[in-house]
Amino acid sequence: MTDANGTIVAADGRPLKASLNRALRREKMRAFLLILPLLAFVMLSFIAPIFDMLFRSVQDDITSRTLPQTVIALDDWDYEGTEIPSEAVYEALYYDMFFAAEAKKHTALGSRLNYETTGMSSLFRQTGRSLDDMGEDVIEAMEDASEALDDSAFWASIFLTQDSSAGSNAAAARAWASSIADMELRLPAGAYLSDAAAETLPNAARQYAAFAMFTHSVDEDVPAEEDPWESVWLALAEDLTAGDLSYDGVGAEELAAVQAAVTAPMADFTYTAAFLDQDEDWADREVIGTIKTFSSPYTAGYFLTAVDLELTPAGAQAVDEDVQIYITLFWRTLWMSMTITFSCILLGYPIAWLMANLPDRKANLIMILVLLPFWTSLLVRTSAWKVLLQQQGVINDTLVWIGLVGDGSRLALINNATGTIIAMTHILLPFMILPLYSVMKGIPPSYLRAAKSLGATDWTAFWRVYFPQSVPGIGAGCILVFILSIGYYITPEIVGGTKGVFISNRIAFHISSSLNWGLAAALGSILLVVVLGLYWAYDRIVGIDNVKLGG
Amino acid sequence: MALAPYASTGQRVWYYSFRVICGLILFFLIAPIITIIPLSFNAQDFFTFTPEMLRLDPEGYSLKHYREFFGTEGSPGLGLIVGLVIGTAGAAALYFWRGAINVMPIIAGAALGLIIGKMWGVEGTEWMTPLKNSLKIAPVATLISVSLGTLAAIGLSQSHVPFRRAIMAILISPMIVPLIISAAGMYFFYSRIGLQGTYWGVVLSHAALGVPFVIITVTATLVGFDKSLTRASANLGANPVTTFFRVQMPLILPGVISGGLFAFITSFDEVVVVLFVGSVGQQTLPWQMFTGLREQISPTILAAATVLISISVVLLVTLELLRRRSERLRGMSPS
Repeated sequence: MTDANGTIVAADGRPLKASLNRALRREKMRAFLLILPLLAFVMLSFIAPIFDMLFRSVQDDITSRTLPQTVIALDDWDYEGTEIPSEAVYEALYYDMFFAAEAKKHTALGSRLNYETTGMSSLFRQTGRSLDDMGEDVIEAMEDASEALDDSAFWASIFLTQDSSAGSNAAAARAWASSIADMELRLPAGAYLSDAAAETLPNAARQYAAFAMFTHSVDEDVPAEEDPWESVWLALAEDLTAGDLSYDGVGAEELAAVQAAVTAPMADFTYTAAFLDQDEDWADREVIGTIKTFSSPYTAGYFLTAVDLELTPAGAQAVDEDVQIYITLFWRTLWMSMTITFSCILLGYPIAWLMANLPDRKANLIMILVLLPFWTSLLVRTSAWKVLLQQQGVINDTLVWIGLVGDGSRLALINNATGTIIAMTHILLPFMILPLYSVMKGIPPSYLRAAKSLGATDWTAFWRVYFPQSVPGIGAGCILVFILSIGYYITPEIVGGTKGVFISNRIAFHISSSLNWGLAAALGSILLVVVLGLYWAYDRIVGIDNVKLGG
Repeated sequence: MALAPYASTGQRVWYYSFRVICGLILFFLIAPIITIIPLSFNAQDFFTFTPEMLRLDPEGYSLKHYREFFGTEGSPGLGLIVGLVIGTAGAAALYFWRGAINVMPIIAGAALGLIIGKMWGVEGTEWMTPLKNSLKIAPVATLISVSLGTLAAIGLSQSHVPFRRAIMAILISPMIVPLIISAAGMYFFYSRIGLQGTYWGVVLSHAALGVPFVIITVTATLVGFDKSLTRASANLGANPVTTFFRVQMPLILPGVISGGLFAFITSFDEVVVVLFVGSVGQQTLPWQMFTGLREQISPTILAAATVLISISVVLLVTLELLRRRSERLRGMSPS
């Protein structure tokens, strides 16, 4: 039909073009709606975890989270210089560490930094235990000066108030404490940090607020019934000796008495000395430099470790020869995967050729022999090889029985690279045979006959005519086998011993044993990039749509 | 490629030696799997053939590793009887409703009854508890990947899908990305959202791993699907839902089932992801075998392996039958 203007219209009077476009749009929409649930599911359950891993390989906020003030104070310190950090750094370190030790977060940071500089873990653990003793003289002088300080309620009455007009005095303390404790902390309902204390005793108010929040949110106790930590005492001493005391709130008289008593011991006390008394290492440039180097929330450190470099305060450097393992491991993974792929071509090509050139009935029989191992559980095949390859296993027994090897010189076929290569060639062989077979099935046998009738020898006919046509099959099979073998974990773990393991085994080790997740994620990311590159190549050569399962 | 009558001696020698080489390669493929079957009947705790076994002395063989594997817990007999009764009732109901005699419900009822009966109350045993966990995880994971995967495959097979290539690449990626990377990522991510170490965490991860297999097999079946059938059905007045269930589904069912079998075997056989995402409560049969192989290997593992080989043979036969049926339905001759 056409309308008055001569455009073609559909039965409902709309222009045909618009009508067809609408139908197409609706069809697209419907197809997309059918795909959407699965796409969302795979995105959430699979793609998101992969991105999480990529993110973890560069994320490193434990230092900046656990020692927030120290990291800021360290900004002014220069690793290249010769001076030890200023008193302000040690002061910040004392309060950060004290709270971290109460929240039991300092050992985690110690373990993290220990990956970079050995000794950090024990340094953090030991110092964490002795923080209570720092400034003992000061605290004793304070106790002697006023009985009131032994009363938990007295502290609460100075710093906490029910007056809601005090508002958000505690916000900075809360952000600081929550960062270290790695959870949301808050003051008890209806309690606020008093204005007077926050203005005139800023350090003590901040430390008391942190103590009260931790007591309330983590220990689930009432702050007014608990003795404040030593860090609160020291902070108060700090405030009292900072200058003229303008505090006039609750307990001003007692605090004035304390101020008089504390001036002398405070003059002798420095945070720097307190830390150095604990451990000389706190003045070590390497120790402080390590904290400074890893103070950024993102790091390239894991990736550098994954390629046998290390991030030091002086920049990236190669690690010592004797601890370089990752490059070796990557090379071994590549080399062994190539060997396995090559063995698969060698063994798979004749079988695929035989199957493509036999009558269907016989070819089907061989196909079943190929598919049976393909379908058998991976664990079954691996355990079969573990049993067969043992020193006292069937293969060695047979070889001894035939007389090929002496009873005393049985072959070491397992717990080394040989074991991994044999077992994985067997496991991956069907993945080579199946694509080869489907390509060879499409090569007309008449080409070979034509070549021969033109005078080619058997070899020339095969090499010049048949083989070039089977190359796409070899390419597809190779990429498939290589992709699969490069990420194998189970078989190398069981038959590979120490010399026959892949990079995957190292990743698993870092996740479950050494708990260095960041390094595991970095190693995984490198492996992922290699595999995705090959996947892309496979897609270009074969097309994902042409992946076939079981013939 | 029969040997030509005029072949030279060299060609004859090559012809026969090629056959021998192929025979040896096939031997390499099959022998390891076949060898462990007789080894699993070993009366001793050895991993090699004892002199008694080589003499075919009945003394050298026993079922002790199977007794160890299956244990005595559970009540398979009771389960079998209950299953048979329910199956027979189902078959009878079907007979009165449709008027056709069908033995499938009886067989299915008996098999399910036997398995459920055997699995009843096997908590804390070395092999049956892992098997039970595997049987609890794999079917649910399969169900999720098959139902979502079939819908998506139908969507993907339509002619105008935007970003088809990219979507396909995403959906196939769980098959391509090395399992250790998937396992690491899932371990990190699922710990964040509280799924690590839970039953549903394992089920979801296995369902994701099974998706590519369903997509590949179902899209392959849909390639041969004649679109005019759905148009004819619509033309005769059927709505899309009726068309799907009465016309399209029966035709692509073989592909869906074989995709489901692939997904099932993927989950049933999977060990890397469950090692990381699961906790002791989700210890599956492959996990138990892996631990056994890595720590102290006991010969019961051979019995477990033989049981798994039997399962794969059954699945392989089912798949082959399905393939033939699918080709018959599509009017091709089974080759």
